[in-house]
Amino acid sequence: MTATEQNIDKRLIPILEKVSDPEIPVLSIMDMGVVRSAVIINNKVKVEITPTYSGCPAMDVIGDDIKAALHVAGYSAEVDLILFPAWTTDWITSRGRKALEDYGIAAPLESEADKAVLLDGKKLVKCTNCGSKNTRLVSQFGSTACKAQFQCEDCHEPFDYFKCLK
Amino acid sequence: MKNENLYNYILGIADNSLILGQRMGELCGHGPTLETDIACTNISLDLFGQVRSYFQYAAKIAGDGRTEDDIAMLRKEREYKNVLLAEQPNTNFAYTIARHFLFDVYHFSFLNELQKSSDLTLSAIANKCIKEVSYHERFSSDWVKRLGDGTEESNQKMQEAINDLWTYTDELFHQTEADKVMVEDGVGVDVTKLKDNYYKSVGELLNKARLNTPESKWFQKGGKIGIHTEHLGYLLADLQYMQRTYPNMEW
Repeated sequence: MTATEQNIDKRLIPILEKVSDPEIPVLSIMDMGVVRSAVIINNKVKVEITPTYSGCPAMDVIGDDIKAALHVAGYSAEVDLILFPAWTTDWITSRGRKALEDYGIAAPLESEADKAVLLDGKKLVKCTNCGSKNTRLVSQFGSTACKAQFQCEDCHEPFDYFKCLK
Repeated sequence: MKNENLYNYILGIADNSLILGQRMGELCGHGPTLETDIACTNISLDLFGQVRSYFQYAAKIAGDGRTEDDIAMLRKEREYKNVLLAEQPNTNFAYTIARHFLFDVYHFSFLNELQKSSDLTLSAIANKCIKEVSYHERFSSDWVKRLGDGTEESNQKMQEAINDLWTYTDELFHQTEADKVMVEDGVGVDVTKLKDNYYKSVGELLNKARLNTPESKWFQKGGKIGIHTEHLGYLLADLQYMQRTYPNMEW
């Protein structure tokens, strides 16, 4: 399934775009690709979201935030968590990737390159502070389940890298 | 319960993740370095997330008002179906890594097969979890290599942990009654078929890590049918503390 197969009612897009990931406030849940469907049936909205990682504690908050945002817009909403198809970092939009970078989180590389940086110490991740690729992996696990820790060897800035998930 | 075999089968899978997740979570604030501390707790969080998906499904099947939390928190020791390996303590970091590694290799190949389950919920959960577990396996394999192929002392400690935990590996490939029925129905994974590849991959990695593959052919069993080592009781006392002390409390 690709991002284009999302089933989202156009009227709901502006509302859902205002809901963000509580751990990465610059990133809207729409750009994150976690909203898989949102439909209006008899003025009631049914939304389906999919978790990035199984244990992501942000999902409950995201569900509540969606309900609150839709409530303000005059809809009552029901939010369901679906597991299939499983979320992939490919569903992050290009606008989402830019938002991540601006926030100081390096966007996920393609899966081969991701393996090379996480396993073989290849220098491919660009520092979000100075843009240098002279960066090193500090730990495969970072501040949240979806990120790894890196440090720039040129400007010495520590930063998060959003791991590729496919 | 109409679908008791499926219910028990799901608990058999989920309890491994729950108990191992609790063990990894114990390292919160106690990891050898900040980075490994965060890694272990991240892995714990992944495992708990997976557990939630399994228990939510199990609660639906039970259909008697039980919730995912009831299943996780309110069973007695004998009702947990996790393998003995998962409950072994964090004796030192080598034990933590050895336990995790010996489980990860199995976990990955198990989920790989579970993705083909005729039960669509289980196959969806497996499809989701396997991506996370591939990170866990990389983490634990990497540490086995680093410690095994490290200093004389780290090699010795890693070898000791592998030797001690080896006796719990064979149980991973035992089948319970529920397992057998589920395999016949096309829902479950025939774990007996995973065994040869498991020992082959584990042996290859141990070899790379300058560690010996234990030759002992005597194995412990019992976890899958609720007969546990003494360690599980203490673990559950910790895990269930809040629910036992303040029944029905909600977060």
